[in-house]
Amino acid sequence: MSVPTLEGAATRGPFTPSVFAVAERSLETADVVTLGLDGPPGLAFEFGPGQFNMLTVFGVGEVPISISSPPGPGYLMHTIREVGPVTRALCQAPIGSPVGVRGPFGTDWGIDDFAQSDAVVVAGGIGLAPLRGAVAMLLERMGLPTGPRNVVVLVGARTPDQLIFKDDLKTWAAAGAQVESTVDVADDHWSGNVGLVTQLVQGAAFDATRAMALVCGPEVMMRFAVQALIERGVLPTSIRLRISLERNMQCGTGLCGHCQLGPYILCRGGPILTYPAASRLLGEAEL
Amino acid sequence: MGDTIYSRLVQHPLLAGLPLGAIEGFVPGARDVEFGRGDLVLTEGAPAGTLFLLEHGKVALSTHAPGKGHLLVQTLGPGEVLGLSWLFPPFQWKFDARAIEPVTTIALEGAYVRAKLDEDPALGYEMLKRVMPVVLERLQQTRFRLLDLYGKAPADVSTHA
Repeated sequence: MSVPTLEGAATRGPFTPSVFAVAERSLETADVVTLGLDGPPGLAFEFGPGQFNMLTVFGVGEVPISISSPPGPGYLMHTIREVGPVTRALCQAPIGSPVGVRGPFGTDWGIDDFAQSDAVVVAGGIGLAPLRGAVAMLLERMGLPTGPRNVVVLVGARTPDQLIFKDDLKTWAAAGAQVESTVDVADDHWSGNVGLVTQLVQGAAFDATRAMALVCGPEVMMRFAVQALIERGVLPTSIRLRISLERNMQCGTGLCGHCQLGPYILCRGGPILTYPAASRLLGEAEL
Repeated sequence: MGDTIYSRLVQHPLLAGLPLGAIEGFVPGARDVEFGRGDLVLTEGAPAGTLFLLEHGKVALSTHAPGKGHLLVQTLGPGEVLGLSWLFPPFQWKFDARAIEPVTTIALEGAYVRAKLDEDPALGYEMLKRVMPVVLERLQQTRFRLLDLYGKAPADVSTHA
């Protein structure tokens, strides 16, 4: 994982949003939307998978949202769940409408460290969004000396309707990933797994001694997913978590201190942490 | 399926590591049973007389709710155990189970296994120590699922977001 610098943002100032336009909009579930944003001409927007941006709906407010596309050409994607006025405005933003983008901020998943590993990606609910770019990059490198040997993607959701990126799951499986999804509740139209995502960890085919795991989802889910990974033999230092506490992100630059959790300023030192660093935060009753 | 039932019993996670003599003792009560996709394996309310050791394929446990059809409770796969109601009275299945993929199992006759465990309390205790973690894990998973972990918990989001 690399600690980000603000050099990229500094050319326009870290507090000045660039104005992008909504170029693509797809409904993932009843309350989750993926927006493809088109940047201003000439803007090179470089980021690592797992980083986030501060998105502004002008006149409404600003929120931290994970980037859900891999680095490279194409629209800058963000997957947003409607939880309040700003995210509602984003989810309802029509094609062509302006969205302010500040970033990228935070640590990335550190995909360069995955050479010759078995990459195990565990996601719960919308936690798959910040992992989407990482999975795409891992699959692109799979089998190369700099890439993983295998990619395993394990996804949990409440119901089949709440699974996001269903087409991507099929694409990743076709590209050679071992993809399994599970839901908590389903009727008999669902032919997949029913149960916790931790069950998938127990049954997935990977070599725990070579595994590097990326985990993102609700904190309780992450705690038990990590437990299942460690029981399988994965080293705690080989597990990376995205602490989904973006609720406290304000400046994105480590100056305001709103996102401080214990010793971490999450917008700079996080939100992706190794398990040994994150374990103390996950065990706290109140943060 | 070239292996004998005995050698496959030895490999199944529920029985692996048991004294080989004890496993050999289960063989007369064991048989191969296969199910096609969509076949009903267990029927809610029916007498529970079999322990299925899953070898290949997946089975979905479900219950029927009027007006809502079959609600899936859990899926079980290779290496797992299907059916624990044969072990305790009233020996009645509590859920339907349907094969969602072609399934191969070793079916152990419940009454036969119970008799073996009664005959040899040390074996009975050992088996109980193997079955209880399965029950405990399913109970814990059920509790977590009741929490609706993926829902919009207010603590997960800012009030202004």
